[in-house]
Order: sequence, then C-alpha cells, then structure tokens
Amino acid sequence: MPVVASSLHPATSRNAAGGSASSHAEAANSEYLWTLNFGPQHPATHTTLRLVLTLDGEKVVKAEPDIGYLHSGFEKLGESLDFNQYVTIVDRMNYISPLANEIAWHHTVEKLLGIEITPRCTYLRTILAELMRLHDHLLCVGAVALDLGAFTAFLYFFQQRELIYDIVEYASGQRFHTSYTRVGGVLFDVNNLWADKVRSFAKNFPKIHSEVDRLLTKNRIFVDRVKGVGVLSREDAINMGCTGPIARASGVVRDLRKDEPYLAYADLDFKIAASKNGDCYARYLVRMQEMLESIKIINQAIENIPAGPVNVELEGKSVLPSKPAVYRSIEGLIHHFEMIMPNRGFKVPVEELYACTESPNGELGFYIVADGEPRAYRARCRPPSFIHFATFQHLMPGYMLSDVPAILGSLNIIAAELDR
Amino acid sequence: MAIAQPPGSGGASATPGSSAPFVNPQKGLPDNVFLTTLNAASSWARKNSLWPMPFATACCGIELMATASSRHDLARFGAEVMRFSPRQCDLMIVAGRVAMKMMPVLQRIWLQMPEPKWCISMGACACTGGVFDTYAVVQGIDRFIPVDLYVPGCPPRPEQLIAGIMQIQDLVQKTGTMQGTEFQYRTRPTGPAPFDADEIIRIREGQMQLTPLELPASLKRGNPALEGSA
Amino acid sequence: MDFAALNEHLGGVLKSESFRDNTRLIVPAAQLDDLMSHLKHHLGFDMLSDVTCCDYLEYPGATDRYGVIYVVVNTKTRERLVVKTFVNDPSPTLPSMYRHWKTADWTEREVYDLFGIHFTGHPNLQRILCPPEFESHALRKDYPLKGRGERHNFPVITRAES
Repeated sequence: MPVVASSLHPATSRNAAGGSASSHAEAANSEYLWTLNFGPQHPATHTTLRLVLTLDGEKVVKAEPDIGYLHSGFEKLGESLDFNQYVTIVDRMNYISPLANEIAWHHTVEKLLGIEITPRCTYLRTILAELMRLHDHLLCVGAVALDLGAFTAFLYFFQQRELIYDIVEYASGQRFHTSYTRVGGVLFDVNNLWADKVRSFAKNFPKIHSEVDRLLTKNRIFVDRVKGVGVLSREDAINMGCTGPIARASGVVRDLRKDEPYLAYADLDFKIAASKNGDCYARYLVRMQEMLESIKIINQAIENIPAGPVNVELEGKSVLPSKPAVYRSIEGLIHHFEMIMPNRGFKVPVEELYACTESPNGELGFYIVADGEPRAYRARCRPPSFIHFATFQHLMPGYMLSDVPAILGSLNIIAAELDR
Repeated sequence: MAIAQPPGSGGASATPGSSAPFVNPQKGLPDNVFLTTLNAASSWARKNSLWPMPFATACCGIELMATASSRHDLARFGAEVMRFSPRQCDLMIVAGRVAMKMMPVLQRIWLQMPEPKWCISMGACACTGGVFDTYAVVQGIDRFIPVDLYVPGCPPRPEQLIAGIMQIQDLVQKTGTMQGTEFQYRTRPTGPAPFDADEIIRIREGQMQLTPLELPASLKRGNPALEGSA
Repeated sequence: MDFAALNEHLGGVLKSESFRDNTRLIVPAAQLDDLMSHLKHHLGFDMLSDVTCCDYLEYPGATDRYGVIYVVVNTKTRERLVVKTFVNDPSPTLPSMYRHWKTADWTEREVYDLFGIHFTGHPNLQRILCPPEFESHALRKDYPLKGRGERHNFPVITRAES
C-alpha cells in the first residue's frame, strides 16, 4: 500500500537525526509501514476522537484524524430553541469553559437584536469570561502534564478548578453547566460575598501557579517531551485559520480582546502573551502566561465593577423582571410571561450576522441567520477546536508516536465543540 | 462484613503475651477463621476493588475526572484504578452522550469486558438522551446494552456519582455470585424498545428500509477472539 | 477595502450589504473563485476564518436555496469580511477554496456532509461528522430534527450475549 508522506515542516533538530525528506520518500514506497488505530476510546485523547496513524518504526508518517464520534446535532437544535433556551445547549459545547460559550452566544444575539448591556453586566461577564479562561487553561495544561507523566501538576490545577466551580456555583446555582447569561443580562445579580470569593481566589492563585511553574517549566523530562515538538509556522497558522493561544504561540499576535474590544476589555490593562517558536512548549508557555494576565484582569475588574442594574431595560422594562416583581405584581407577572412565552418577546430583524469573542481556545464565533422569529433560523458555531484539529494531520508527520499525546494535548481539542 | 473480631474476646487474643490462639468454645475454630459462603466472600472482594472503565465521551467525563481527583478522591471506595483497557475492568461508567457513530464502539467495548461486569449510565444523556433529542444521539444506552444503575443529572455532581458507585457496591454484595449466575437469567432487554412509535412514522415518511440489525457473528458469545485473550 | 474598485475588477457583479459591523459581499457562484483569489492575493485577506452554509428553504422572501458563507480576515488590518454566494438544487456545486486556504479542508467537508454541496477540486471530499453510511444531509430544512430512525438502528445486546 503506497502511502504518500507529507512532511510540511522542515525537519527539526529532533527528527533530523532519524528522517530527512529523502528517507520519508523511501519509507513511503516500502511495505513495512504499520497502521495504528488510536481511539476513539483512548486515555490520551481525553475526548472522543480517532486517529489512524501510519508508522515507520516509531515515527509517524501519516496521521488521519477521524471525527464525528460525538456529533449531536447542536446546530439543528439551535433552529428549534429560542435565544434564551439555546444557551443550555451552547453550554455543552466547550464543556471545560461553559460560561465562555454562553457569553459568546449572547454577545452575538445582543448584537443581532441591537441590545446594549448595562455596565455592571459588562464587568460581571468580563470577570466570568476570564475565570473561564483560567478554567480552560488549567485543565489543558494539567492534562498535558498528566499525559507526559506529571501527575502532581494535574492535581494542583484541578484543585484550583474546584475553587472556580465554587465561585461559579455561588453566582448561578450550578457548578458545571451554569446557563447563567440571558439576552440583555444574567440570571441573578452577584453580591459582595461573591466578590470576596473572587478576590481571595485571585489572591491565592499566583502561588499555586508559580508552584506548578517550578514543577514543569524547567523540568527536563517535561521540556524534552514538548520542546521542538509539533512546530507550527506562522504562515501555516494563518493559512489554516488558527486563532487563540495556538496562533499566538506561532507568532500571530491577534487577540480579539484587543483588536475588536468587546465587554469591558477596552478599559482594562493587560498584555497579550505570544511566542515565536510555535512548538508545544511555546503553547504551554503562552497558556501559563495568559493565566497570570487573566488574574490581572480579574483584579482590576472586581475592584471597578459598577453598581446599578444588571439586566438591561427595554422600553422601560427590564429584559427579565426581578422575581419579587413577578410574584407580587400583576404587571411583573404579565411581563415575565411575555418574555418567557416562545412567540412573544424580542423584536428580531430579518438579517444575518457573524460575531465572535476570544474564547480560551480561540475565536469562538456564531453566525446567526434570523427570520424575524425569536429563534435562530440557522445558528452556526465557528468552533476553534474544529479548525485547530484540522492542523493535526499537517503537524504530526515526522514526529514520534510518543509525541502524539503532547501535540494533541497542546492543541486542546474538546470533542463536543469539535463535532457539535 | 464479618472481619471484625468478636467483641471483648478478640482484643485479648491478639496481645503478644498470649501464645495459644483464641478458640471459640461454641464452634471450635480459631479466632482468625470465620465462616461465610463463597458467594459472599467473592462479592466482598469484588465490591471493594471495582475497576472502572471510564467510557467518558462528553461533559460527564470532566466530572468523572473531578470525582477521581483531589477534592472527591474516588480511591476512598477502592474504585480509583481507572483502566482504559476493557479487558481489565469490571465496571463500565458510560459518562456522556453516545452518538450514532459511537454506539458500535460502546457495544464492542462492553462485549470485550470479562465477566462479572456492571454498567453505570452516568448523566441524563447516557440515560435518556437528555436535552439532545436529535437525529444523531442515541436516546438512552439501555436500549442497546444492559445497564445496572442510572445516575441522573446534567452532569451529576461528583457526590452523586460516588453515591452511585456505593449503590453498585451494595448491589454486588447482595446479588453477586461466584459463577455469575445472577446474570444468566437476564436474557431480555431491560430498556425501552429500540424504535419509538413516532420514529417509525418518520421512517415510513422517509420511505427508508430500516430493520434492527443482528449482532454480527464475530461479537456473539463463544467467539474465541472475544473470550480467549482476556 | 475599496468596494468600487473590487466591483469593477470583477465586472460589476458584486453586491454589498452591511448590518451592524458586518460587511457582506454577495457574489454569483461563477465569480466566487475570482473574488476569493483576488481577496487573498491582492487585498491581503490571508485567513479564512469559517465556511458555512444555510438552507433558505423556508426563509421569507428567499429566491435561492443554499447560501454558502465564507468569513475571511485580514490579519494585518484586522478587517473581517463575509462573502456569500448562492447555489441551487439539483447538484449544488462550488469551487473548493482549498488551494487558497487550508482551513477549507475540513470546513468544506462539513458543509458537504450536512448540506450536500459539492466542492470541485477538494482533495478529500467525504463525510466528516456523520457516519459514512448515513444517507441524508442533516442540516437541510427538509430533514426532521429527530431523524428518520438512523440513531436507533443497532443490535440489542442483553446479558445473555455478553
């Protein structure tokens, strides 16, 4: 079976010894290639995906991803649920940072409907979005470390994730899939106790971060496994549509928080972490640095969170009336009823719109086609995992089988977002 | 379990000074021997070292990870040894929704697990399809594989999963037998019928010919490839 | 981006719309490749952010069935542009954008899988999300949300078999 070896990248120091372009061509013509099926139920994938690897000894000659093992029809569901109901489904898309998806979805819907959210809500969502960035990076870095043998870092980081769960649960009542945002606001307002929780988390987090930093960043076992592995050049990163930490690790300094400031990012002072190397180590470093920047953002936002209503007022009425108003007055009850009934509610234009936010994994965009009904006619999600995983087949050839978990982990593929 | 020594007498016999073993005058047996049935003893051993096979597909998988890691620590129940090879496991935890492309994989992995084995369906999606009532998601894995325990929630909290594992331990202790005879009589599917009534109408509308498939011969009982290399 | 110059370059077939901060170019399917190639090589739109599709079967006032949507980004000027083109039954076909942007590899496969639009020149146009034996195109409006029984077409395993 002839297999065409496609080596996209110049040989790095690591694989230069074992294989050059000529030996790849030689291997392609030979009969001794092995085919290894990797997944769909494999611990190193962390999610549900399958790879068919063609091996020359231990070197990967060709990698063919096979996805769709978690395809659940998210976009079809979006056509039958209204803008507030669909947030429960969006939650389950990138399930390691659920609130980031909710914020992206309602950011798009509010843009479509022309709703300006209140300053308090803006800041609240900014804090939540940054907590979710931590949430995502903690699992991603922890899981890469776990796959490469550093179990301690995983446990340290998972403990911090539990603290974020506590914060989110205090605000929304749910620890995992919060369904917290609503069109024009959020479900409940937060109080001072919540702010104290966030402050104490932000105060203690850098200590754990530096401990893990000392465990991993200069650890020779870890560095040897990730440095120079999975190199993605700047041109390829742009050509393949990479965004977020993966693009920034390859030198594409592009961050929607700075480029098209949404929420409260224009008022806050933070830096963008980037690197030129484009390997797994650079992606790890970018994520580690972004966590510290997120803490900086949270510290500024929590001190400056304005008072006032958290839900927007439309024609003198807030988008969702407060519960006391619903229970104690007939107007409030009617208003609540009108917002909740599926055929009442928002005035939706017959238009279509693409809007995106910088989710922890990259550019998370939604393309909504609206036909005047209070639900989307088409709710397309631009999932960063899907775009990033498409690079895998170009990244993998030339590296060893043992580099698969490192590259896969550093791309941070979430199957529910990948397959939708 | 009956491993505790008889009150009052056991402490004395274990002291270094007494050389002769304590003999229960009523039974004529030494104190470190106790009587039970083989079934109870094997079930006791099995229930305290359940090795889960985490079939984690989606969000519930993250809660499964949370259950196994720092705060909740599944090791307290002897069930922390996650084995990703089905040959080494006796408790399958299906965490997350199972799409139509994944169902054959799930069935194959279930068949590869050696007896005795139990199955936990974790989360609303695995139990009933949950919010995903769509063309691609199987509406409950119990339509196609046997399930012993359902853990509801979307996703269930780690405490809920731990409660589920403790119930499986109870189940193993109460019904388990050495030879696995408790499974032999469960020849009928326990879940709902594969096709719903409204689904049959849609199949006719689409003029498609769908008949429930037979299990391929390679996966049926008695196939040496499945049973030999356990 | 200078719309007038671009329109002149393509012979006046472009239409431009804008809504909120989105700029949309609507181009006939025949000129799509010219436009995209010009955008990539002369106007600096070096990133293809997304390819998607919408089935306008039940849309009020729609004249064409499928609208294929490309989102392109200029990473230097941070400009974003939505390019839209329409195709119709039977055999909706478009040129593949794979030779300009590698992003098109999987995104076009997804559009093919869920809407049944063929992309000529695509290196590997196969189903990507649904299993290969799946017959319909799931996101078309004439396909029911709950499917036609494909999700339950499996053998049943009992304790006797296992």
